[in-house]
Amino acid sequence: MGQNKFKAWLYLLPAMIFLGIFMVYPLIDVFVYSFEEGYNSASQTFFGTGIYNYRYVLRDPYFLQAVKNTFIIVIITVPVSTGLALLISVGLNSIKPLRDLFQTVYFLPYVTNTLAVGLVFMILFQKTPYTDGFINLIIKMFGGSSVDFIDGPYWAKMFVMCFYTVWVVMPFKILILTSALASVNQVYYNAAKVDGTSRFRIFTRITLPMISPMIFYLIITGFIGAFKAYSDEVAIFGTDLNAAGMNTIVGYVYDMLYGDSGGYPSYASAAALILFAIVLTITCINLLVSGKNTHYS
Amino acid sequence: MKIVLKDLTKRYPNRNRKIREEVVAVDHFNFEIPDGQLIGLLGPSGCGKSTTLNMICGLEKPTEGRIFFGEDDVTDLPPENRGVGMVFQSYALYPHLTVRQNIRFPLENLKGADRLSGKEMDERVDEAARLVQIDSLMERKPSELSGGQQQRVSIARALVKMPRVLLLDEPLSNLDARLRLQTREEIRRIQRETGITTIFVTHDQEEAMSISDGIVVMEAGVVQQIGKPQDVYDDPVNLFVAKFLGTPAINVFQGRVKDSRLLIGEEEVLSVPGAPDGEVVAGIRPEGFILDENGPFTTRLVRVEVMGRDTSIVSTHDALEGATVRSIISAENKVDPDAAVVHFSLKPSKVCLFNRSDGSRIMFEGNIRVR
Repeated sequence: MGQNKFKAWLYLLPAMIFLGIFMVYPLIDVFVYSFEEGYNSASQTFFGTGIYNYRYVLRDPYFLQAVKNTFIIVIITVPVSTGLALLISVGLNSIKPLRDLFQTVYFLPYVTNTLAVGLVFMILFQKTPYTDGFINLIIKMFGGSSVDFIDGPYWAKMFVMCFYTVWVVMPFKILILTSALASVNQVYYNAAKVDGTSRFRIFTRITLPMISPMIFYLIITGFIGAFKAYSDEVAIFGTDLNAAGMNTIVGYVYDMLYGDSGGYPSYASAAALILFAIVLTITCINLLVSGKNTHYS
Repeated sequence: MKIVLKDLTKRYPNRNRKIREEVVAVDHFNFEIPDGQLIGLLGPSGCGKSTTLNMICGLEKPTEGRIFFGEDDVTDLPPENRGVGMVFQSYALYPHLTVRQNIRFPLENLKGADRLSGKEMDERVDEAARLVQIDSLMERKPSELSGGQQQRVSIARALVKMPRVLLLDEPLSNLDARLRLQTREEIRRIQRETGITTIFVTHDQEEAMSISDGIVVMEAGVVQQIGKPQDVYDDPVNLFVAKFLGTPAINVFQGRVKDSRLLIGEEEVLSVPGAPDGEVVAGIRPEGFILDENGPFTTRLVRVEVMGRDTSIVSTHDALEGATVRSIISAENKVDPDAAVVHFSLKPSKVCLFNRSDGSRIMFEGNIRVR
């Protein structure tokens, strides 16, 4: 037994070393920094300990704006992208000819660089002195008035942001859901058919429960991913997100560390830990809710 | 409910697209199943028996031919309007529903005038559960049941709609040997109690013979023989049926008939009045051998297997098709296990002659005729 225990630890060692150096140690470090007032990374000095950093961050209007933006993006994009992905996957699963082609087409955005996609979105939505942009042309065609989506009102910017986020995260969800749907044994559908089950009932009583573990996985990773959004915002609105009013929590952390107003690792640490607490809470709620509604075979 | 199959045919396009020729899964199947009978569809894998079942069920559309339940032509009806209950090979129990919910599921699908009240549904569910004796497991999930119990649940789910026809696809193949024996008795009992016309598919001839009122032997989409199990066993129409039925299998020899005598090797083993001269294949059932010092048929002894009730003699012969001759004799006969050869005489009723070219049966006096 002793021999086996030793072996087990030996096998775990490589993973534990790397996790320790690159995850556990920084996490503790961030935790410590967040309670050190005015920490200076160059001189490694600080002038006090306490919750001052948290108080500062939670009163910073830029941080509050970032929290608001992040929550709006999460609450809109996670359900919309998961729902749309489910609809498209069910559609893909029900057609036979050209299914492979469509699957490839739907997966293409995933292999495309998000910055490139962002650039395309910007060009489509942007209004410049020379052109109104493609989207505005369409709006005008239907008799609406043009809106500047990139530099205009908050709701317009948020619309572009959510549209973009949904577009970027959907391919992966479609991939996961189509394979989940394909893995449901045909015999269940045959059994349901013999019993005269309506298509709607087959979907809600058989298909959905059968793929519920995958949907649950997508919702949890979707929440976590959306809470950590940052590069998508940069892709559309540029690096000065505070000025655009489109910053996110991770963007705020970055700005506090390296941005023009940067150089405050203590504030950054506090903000990062607040994000950590939010994500942890949401994930726990997710786990509690899904525990009752997920069926693992 | 009487079931009539008229020229039932199913052709599939070839999987290899370059080949235009279609694959015939079922070829002009004609059969009339009397009301309330238990019929076994029997044949090797890929012979079209499951396709036939799926067509009766409505999951597949026949290419040609019609299906009647009683006087109703159901060929173009979807499965739910045919009144069939189906038990799938893998049971197809919904893993996320409890036993009760699984059995109740078909009832909840009923619409309009057929719709039952919640109380009626519960009564029907309990009744079906009692019939298959799973009433104590109602709140469990399928994964918490043994294979045999899952099988019962799936039968209950098929019966709860009170179908006119019950279809079972390889109902016993996922069970271990002991459970299989038990469950097939169970299927027989349930069928007797409900009186529902039942068709089940199997590749296990013992299974089919033991519980069916009638069996249908199929090969390569073509029905070979239809009849009562014992009749088909005693009076096979061709070599395939003779080989397919019976454990141990029939012993097959190359032989010839000359002057109404059957020759295997150089020995005249049996008088076969009525059989024309010529090359034949002779099939001898294991129980067709009589241990006889002066018997005309000699084989080289390999070993003697004592099985208590009877004794199995394993021997070889030059004209044999296959590895060994298996003969089963009463345990009262003492065989010297060290002897080099054994002598047998043969029971004419247990010897079948077949045409060497096409395997069709050649009858002679002394054969059992049931057709």
